[in-house]
Amino acid sequence: MTWFHAHEVARRAEIGRLVLVVLFGVLFLAFFRLQVLGSSGYGRQSRENRIRRVPVPAPRGLIVDRNGVVLADNVPGYTIAVVPPHPDSLPGTLERIKAIAGIDSVRITAMLRRFSRAPQERVVVLRDAPFDVVSALAEKRVAIPTLSIEMEPKRRYPYAGIAAHVVGYIGEVTEQELASGTIPGVRGGDLIGRDGLERQYDKELRGQNGVRDTEVDALGRTVTITLDIKEPEQGKTLRTFLDIELQQYIAEVFPEGARGAVVAMRPRSGEVLALYSAPSFDPNRFAGRMDRESWQELAQAEGQPLFNRAVEGRYPPASPWKLAVAVGALKRRIVTMDTRMPTPCAGGILYGNRYFRCWYEAGHGDITLREAIKHSCDVYFYQLGLQLTLTGLLEEGVELGFLEPSGIDLPDERSPVFPDSPAYFDRRYGPRGWTSGVTLNLAIGQGENSQSVINMVKFYAMLANEGGEAPLPRLVEGSETETRSLGLSPAQRAELRDALVQVVSGGTAAGARVAEFNIAGKTGTAQNAHGPAHGWFIAFAPAEAPEIVVGALVEFAEHGSDVAPLVTRIIRRYLLGPEADRRRLELVLPADSAPGALPISSDTSLTRPLQPNGQ
Amino acid sequence: MKAGRWTLGTSLLPLTTVLLLGGLAVLYSAGQTDVPTAVTGIWLRQLVWIALGVVVAVAANRLSPRLLEWLAPAIYAVSLLLLVVTLLAGVGAGTAAGTRSWISIAGVRLGQPAELAKLATIVMLARILGGRRNPPRDIWEAIPAGIVVAVPFILVGLQPDLGSAIVFVAILFGALFWAGLRPSLLVLLLSPLLSLLFAFNTLLWVVWIVGLTGFVFWSKPYLLEGVVIWFINFTMGAIRGFLWDQLEPYQQNRLLSFLNPDIDPMATGWHIMQSKIAIGSGGLFGRGFTAGTQKRLAFLPAQHTDFIYSVVGEEFGLVGVVITLGLLASLVWVLIRIASKVTDPFSSMLVFGIACMMLTHIIVNVGMTVGLMPITGIPLPFFSYGGSFMLTCCMAIGLALRMSRETFGAAYHAG
Repeated sequence: MTWFHAHEVARRAEIGRLVLVVLFGVLFLAFFRLQVLGSSGYGRQSRENRIRRVPVPAPRGLIVDRNGVVLADNVPGYTIAVVPPHPDSLPGTLERIKAIAGIDSVRITAMLRRFSRAPQERVVVLRDAPFDVVSALAEKRVAIPTLSIEMEPKRRYPYAGIAAHVVGYIGEVTEQELASGTIPGVRGGDLIGRDGLERQYDKELRGQNGVRDTEVDALGRTVTITLDIKEPEQGKTLRTFLDIELQQYIAEVFPEGARGAVVAMRPRSGEVLALYSAPSFDPNRFAGRMDRESWQELAQAEGQPLFNRAVEGRYPPASPWKLAVAVGALKRRIVTMDTRMPTPCAGGILYGNRYFRCWYEAGHGDITLREAIKHSCDVYFYQLGLQLTLTGLLEEGVELGFLEPSGIDLPDERSPVFPDSPAYFDRRYGPRGWTSGVTLNLAIGQGENSQSVINMVKFYAMLANEGGEAPLPRLVEGSETETRSLGLSPAQRAELRDALVQVVSGGTAAGARVAEFNIAGKTGTAQNAHGPAHGWFIAFAPAEAPEIVVGALVEFAEHGSDVAPLVTRIIRRYLLGPEADRRRLELVLPADSAPGALPISSDTSLTRPLQPNGQ
Repeated sequence: MKAGRWTLGTSLLPLTTVLLLGGLAVLYSAGQTDVPTAVTGIWLRQLVWIALGVVVAVAANRLSPRLLEWLAPAIYAVSLLLLVVTLLAGVGAGTAAGTRSWISIAGVRLGQPAELAKLATIVMLARILGGRRNPPRDIWEAIPAGIVVAVPFILVGLQPDLGSAIVFVAILFGALFWAGLRPSLLVLLLSPLLSLLFAFNTLLWVVWIVGLTGFVFWSKPYLLEGVVIWFINFTMGAIRGFLWDQLEPYQQNRLLSFLNPDIDPMATGWHIMQSKIAIGSGGLFGRGFTAGTQKRLAFLPAQHTDFIYSVVGEEFGLVGVVITLGLLASLVWVLIRIASKVTDPFSSMLVFGIACMMLTHIIVNVGMTVGLMPITGIPLPFFSYGGSFMLTCCMAIGLALRMSRETFGAAYHAG
């Protein structure tokens, strides 16, 4: 039988056709599976292939002072980013632009790590790129298609260093913060508040980032810039109680090169008018690129400019704290303003086996509480403290709020150092490791007592207020309230205030007297372990109906009386306006001092370690 | 015979014409990318190849079966010679830049001899098998045909062009089947290849060898034949590792990513993944002519050659796929029909060989776009850009038309 028999051939053709149908049937089923059953899934993958979701950063909300003057706003800036089509291409791309963009290998490693965590998101190479870098990279865009140059609002602080500590600054969110999820709604590359109001009110200021869908091809080239866009929402404008004119004035009159802090507040409402810390820094440096070296330089700079001395610094409260002793004693009816102490001041007093000196070696003589406040007599207050007893002294201190932070709406306010009870000393030195001599030290505001400037200003606001009630220091309107008050009768309060007026009119701050109105205040000289004494002056005016309370501390200023004229100028400026300053002020500088005290606890040290980007 | 004339020769011509025009349209679309590339104007060059193809087809159509049969050894020899020259002086191109598949003179690439060698081998097979009176009774009688295919298979495989080599094997099996070799023998002949594939999994391979042993006993071939087959199977499994090492890394990757495209979607499986995404996103009705984003944005690799059918899938959806697959299946169907109706054994064997070649190209190429086949880079008839294969296909259709006319010639001339 030949192979080419018609019947045989027809049979094989049948088999051939069967194979044909089966093979095409299998192909059809494969296409059916992809195009009908898997259609939506592959459709989604096709979209994901070509659409990159680029965040459109929301401009942060403005920060304005009480008169609407802008303290922080936004200007256009350029951000350079890479949209990688392929994980393998990112290192090569970064390598190619690193010379132009000026990024080092540490930054590149950080960027690669960032990318490996969220490969769909763009990698920010350089924020606030200088114009020459932008134009140099723009030329490279043909060769490096994944390079993206975006407009991004850049934070600007018109008053720079003048309000740096209170306004704060911003910085890029870190890997750790993203990983821990402590800040809700933040994504890689976002900028968040790092300090001051920027940090305290970050949630309100940040706004809502928008999203732009950009179409890219397989090589990552942008084909359509905007397929779809969700516009960003700018953050809310933050209206503060600050008076930037006053703040600026404070920065001008603050002694050149000195370190310290000034807080100006309205005593009744607690509205903070100015909060200044010196030395300062320029927060604009944080707005864009901040390399490690600049950060280290700022963080480790002499005088620690990043440190907010008004709320983070803690100093021995010294003589201004004598008023707390006086309030306690008056409240417990141990004394009146006219009570004299058993031992008149002869320049010192022997207690136990130790001689406690008064700052005035000649001695104040036999004086009343009123005069003791006026002249800041240490010997009087030693004895008053002993009469109040250590327990009473500490109870009154806690009552007046010296154990707790002031509650101002700023981050990083540090709690004061203050013994909650005599047991504190047992814990610290052992039951027999201390003597009742600590009472004497505490009575003049030395010893185990460190207070922030804001907390002391809050106390003086209580003295200033008609009802003796404490305000809650605020930079921005809030709902929280404060219930503390002096607990004195109106007559006692008036007498205390008169004594404080006496301080300025003829006492230790006599040189700070002004003609236009009465100022009530108290100087202080804080002994400390780090060098010359710190000078304090806290005052309010007009004494009869206080509108402002100002507290100033100048580190290593030797005497509070040196600080008094500074505060007086600030008060004058606030109450009388700009022209007040043109009238010349005669300043006589009397002396005020404090005796040698127990060593200051190391809690007052300023060597708090600072970490770059987020503490 | 008038009806036969209509159902045979005449339907081949319009089918081919529709496929050529449709293929050209898809090729035009393949070039429509958002960022223009060299592919953008390639449809114009394909148009030139089509024109040349028509000339070649007309020329082939003028060759009588007898003249062709007489010329077969010479054609075969020339094609082998070209393959040898290619192997010695060939150059790579496109997605297979590392191979030697092209003949070029002074830097101008002239063509891929492997494509023409397929047709030449079919002609030579037709002469050898068509000249036999009886079907090969055993493996030994199939050896001459095996040698005819083995020589170009090895030469092409050395380039290396895995895809075309597979086509030669398919042609051999098709021809032996058409010549009447017993199906059981066909299976046994095919078994070494399967053994090679199964050797990637030891357990599977053991099952295969046991099954094969049973099949050898059941089909009762000659003793020596059975032993040789079994031994070759065993050897294939044993040298699997060695053969694997002989493959180029890109070929290994292609095979591996064929087996599992999700292994590394950014590297080896990328092509298959992107093709499946393109086809899958096409859905029922497609994204519209030239509107496929996978293609437009260059996610689809080799969209004018290897993956041209993914463009069909993305832009015309399942409806377009059914229509084009239907046309391609009809073409093979008609070729099988011609092969079964012609009165001359040489012509029958020739046309069936052509049908096998077309079918293999279609199944492997289209199967590759949906992940059913490894990426071997063989073109899709009438769709993929490429001169040599276009000419080969046109020539094959010209020959098939001539063979069908030869049988129904009287009616043709009378009508």
